[in-house]
Amino acid sequence: MRTQAGTCAEAAAVSGPGRREPDACLRTAPAQIVEIVSDSGEGAQTAGQLFGTVCAKMGNGVWTVEIIPAEIEPPARSREGASGIRIRFGTEPVTNMGNKADVVVAFNEQVLYSRIDQDALRPGTVLFIDDKWAASSDARTREDYGKALQDFRERGYDVREIPIEEQTRKHTETPQRGKNMWVLGLLSALYNRDLAPAMDEVRLLFERRRKGEAVIELNHQLIRSGYTWGMEHLDQRFDIPARPHRESMVVMNGNAAVAMGCIAAGIEVCSMYPITPATSASHYMAGVFHTAGGFLHQAEDEIGAIGFALGASYAGKTAVTITSGPGMALKTELIGLAVMAEIPIVIVDVQRGGPATGLPTKVEQGDLLSSLFGQPGDVPKVVIAPSSIEECFQFMITARKLAETFRTPVIVLTDANLATGQTPFAKPKASEEWLSPPVDQSPWKKGVPAYAWDSETGLSARPIPGQPDGAFVLTGLAHDEHSHVAYASAKNQQAMRMRSRKMAALQKTLKPPKVHGDEDGDLLVVGWGSTRGAIEEAVDEIRRDGQRVSSLHIRFLAPIEPGLREIFGRFRRVMTVEINYSDELTDPLIDADSRRYAQLAWLLRAHTLVDVDCWSRVPGQPLPPHLIETAIRERLEGER
Amino acid sequence: MYGLKTDWPAEIPPRYFTLQEYEGSLPRWCPGCGDHGVLTAVQRLCRDEQLEPEKTVFVSGIGCASRFPHYMKAYGFHGLHGRALPVACGIRARRPDLHVFVATGDGDCCSIGAAHWVHAVRYNMNMVLMLLDNNVYGLTKNQTSPTSLKGRKTNTHPRGAWLEPIDPIQTTLGIQNASFVAQTVDWNPPHVLATLKAAHRHPGMSFVRILQRCPHYPNQDFVELQNNPAKLLLLTHADGIEVDDAVKRMFKNRQEHDPSDLDGARRLADREDAVPVGLFYRNDSADRYDRNTVEGLATSRRDKIAALEAELSRYEI
Repeated sequence: MRTQAGTCAEAAAVSGPGRREPDACLRTAPAQIVEIVSDSGEGAQTAGQLFGTVCAKMGNGVWTVEIIPAEIEPPARSREGASGIRIRFGTEPVTNMGNKADVVVAFNEQVLYSRIDQDALRPGTVLFIDDKWAASSDARTREDYGKALQDFRERGYDVREIPIEEQTRKHTETPQRGKNMWVLGLLSALYNRDLAPAMDEVRLLFERRRKGEAVIELNHQLIRSGYTWGMEHLDQRFDIPARPHRESMVVMNGNAAVAMGCIAAGIEVCSMYPITPATSASHYMAGVFHTAGGFLHQAEDEIGAIGFALGASYAGKTAVTITSGPGMALKTELIGLAVMAEIPIVIVDVQRGGPATGLPTKVEQGDLLSSLFGQPGDVPKVVIAPSSIEECFQFMITARKLAETFRTPVIVLTDANLATGQTPFAKPKASEEWLSPPVDQSPWKKGVPAYAWDSETGLSARPIPGQPDGAFVLTGLAHDEHSHVAYASAKNQQAMRMRSRKMAALQKTLKPPKVHGDEDGDLLVVGWGSTRGAIEEAVDEIRRDGQRVSSLHIRFLAPIEPGLREIFGRFRRVMTVEINYSDELTDPLIDADSRRYAQLAWLLRAHTLVDVDCWSRVPGQPLPPHLIETAIRERLEGER
Repeated sequence: MYGLKTDWPAEIPPRYFTLQEYEGSLPRWCPGCGDHGVLTAVQRLCRDEQLEPEKTVFVSGIGCASRFPHYMKAYGFHGLHGRALPVACGIRARRPDLHVFVATGDGDCCSIGAAHWVHAVRYNMNMVLMLLDNNVYGLTKNQTSPTSLKGRKTNTHPRGAWLEPIDPIQTTLGIQNASFVAQTVDWNPPHVLATLKAAHRHPGMSFVRILQRCPHYPNQDFVELQNNPAKLLLLTHADGIEVDDAVKRMFKNRQEHDPSDLDGARRLADREDAVPVGLFYRNDSADRYDRNTVEGLATSRRDKIAALEAELSRYEI
């Protein structure tokens, strides 16, 4: 890689850093996927997020996804301990993590194996690996390093040893805490990025972490050092043309979007118990919620968390509880109570791999059916799933309104992919209409019962403590409209009917979902939640070959969006693509009789009576478009 | 009587609540159940303190005692087994204007809800926690409760309970930040009322264990206590629970106990020869979590939007 040393430097001397002059080794590319992987604690994610922000600022489409190990500080140089980040950026907007990496910067060679295991690399992927291990005092390390590099070359990767630590050490005694910034500089050179926004972002970051000017200056030095080294030694650099944004943009991950959505919805109480991957939403809130008049309660356990939220909601301040799968399991009984007593509450489930403790840091869409049906008895409730980070924000406002209007729990299903992914979107224009109304303390109308169910819609006004002449006791026991314990059998039937009717009333206000692609065809691919970007990218790719494939994304899971049967009828076949487990018809013992379907497929089959097929996987990472594409093509070929 | 003295210079409040105005549905507890007496005491407390019914909330879990909210005319939340305390804390969190009472039993509080009990005491949010302790699961028909005496024969332990019971007083005294720990017996209504009054006036979480008789699955210990009141030891102190001399005379044995003395309280709770009634411990200056949870309560809609806009700007690129 040092063969053409000097070429870029000479070009830079002419053009100056950051200027868009023609440059001998600069090539234009529409998009790139770059990863930084390291041992835990080496700051790869920080550098990657900064790089992503710089790209977004310059007007590129960006999606970043974190690579998170299961432990805080796993053993160094271990395959399972890889910590890092992928940044996919391009001229067009980016909606998912994409396929194989173009470039990987690795702080040691062993962590690369975890990326190979995840099928993240392709022949030709450029690997920048810190060369410090070649000179290790430990013979075993030197040997491992040599072997791995040879292996990488045999696998067809473009291996380039670079002096990350050696260069970093020129500026700091503790290169472990500076390498990431040097790499940020290197990537800025590689991708022809402006240095000024990187410098600004670093300043902001360290100011937020309350670091002094000396720390900021050191980090700036490291970035410049990486950049200069890159300009002097890289034989190939890329320019990714950008389209300046016409409107203001924000960039954040899904958990921050959920938390900010809570603030936008006027929610004042967030009650939680720490759980991965939901906790970062609470971390964010803990820092800022008070500025918007909110309070974050860290409860003694998951049950206490939803109990507290339910109490606040009952007392007039519709609250949110944020959790993940195991927390949902624990909250089950109180969710049932919220349905029974008709208490509004918003429950966010940032799904991770299950069952049990499962894959705590990894993505799965495994909680759909348990959210819909996970309580004993009939539990009609609203379940919605944002399909983008922007929707993570918007849906919280919707969720609070629905919860109050329909006197019901609303479950918002996101997942680890949305939670940690970052992408820019148009800056929302804050509106007072989003906020919850003030707590109603006006006198309760005499003679109106606690549940004055409208016989058509099942809706009823919600009494709030403090309202004179209300004084109702809400109960988890079966009850009549007066909230009196139902001893007469017909009362239970009536109450169940009214709670169920609310879902129909909501469903009648929804519009059928929009088909992506043609309105009819050979195959309709249906998805929900975080997979939308990847599914649509795969479908677009196949449509370029003239295949008659379209896709549909469902956001309201309960009540289910209307018109699905009619839409499905316009396609020869319908299948879902999901990140959860389903049996394959090619597996032993599995046939149409014994097959267990993916969760949305199961739901759609029951709802539409259409023979909906499915393809689902549980790799513990988002589904890359190419895998979806292959699955769809196989279905299309199987058809012929 | 109220309002009859014409020479009063006092302002006359526009509303006056009679006892009947706190009466909800007709109680369906068994005849002879100790809960009846506690209910009456609570209704008298509400009347005496003139608590506005709409500003008063009774929260409960599941069990005989947890039917309590239905029998009051006030706001109520009859929730799930063991989960009354988190709900009550949530209600308290943003509604400092409400009077919050929790009615719970020995199974509800000390078994299935034990984690919440420990933490709610530590949170020390302003409310009254009434533990109606009858030493048995009554509603589900005679199973061992965590406060059942060792050797007691029940449907789940027909050969007798294996283990020593939990002592709710001693346990509560052991929780950091406990601020009010008292004990009374259902068969002494004036003492129940006096205790609950002191609990209601205490700023913080007031834990009141009420020894409560179950007529259906009687606890021989309580029967004996009732028959032989000499085993009861009345705790007296100027800072304790105020009872008049008539009530005092019901107790043969009395002991002066300063409720700020935590070690003394623990020694009292340990006594096997006597059952102390009265105030074990009080600390009016313990940290109160509900002072934190009301943070930002007065934030205007405009300020909320301004905060949101500031946050969005922080993420602007």
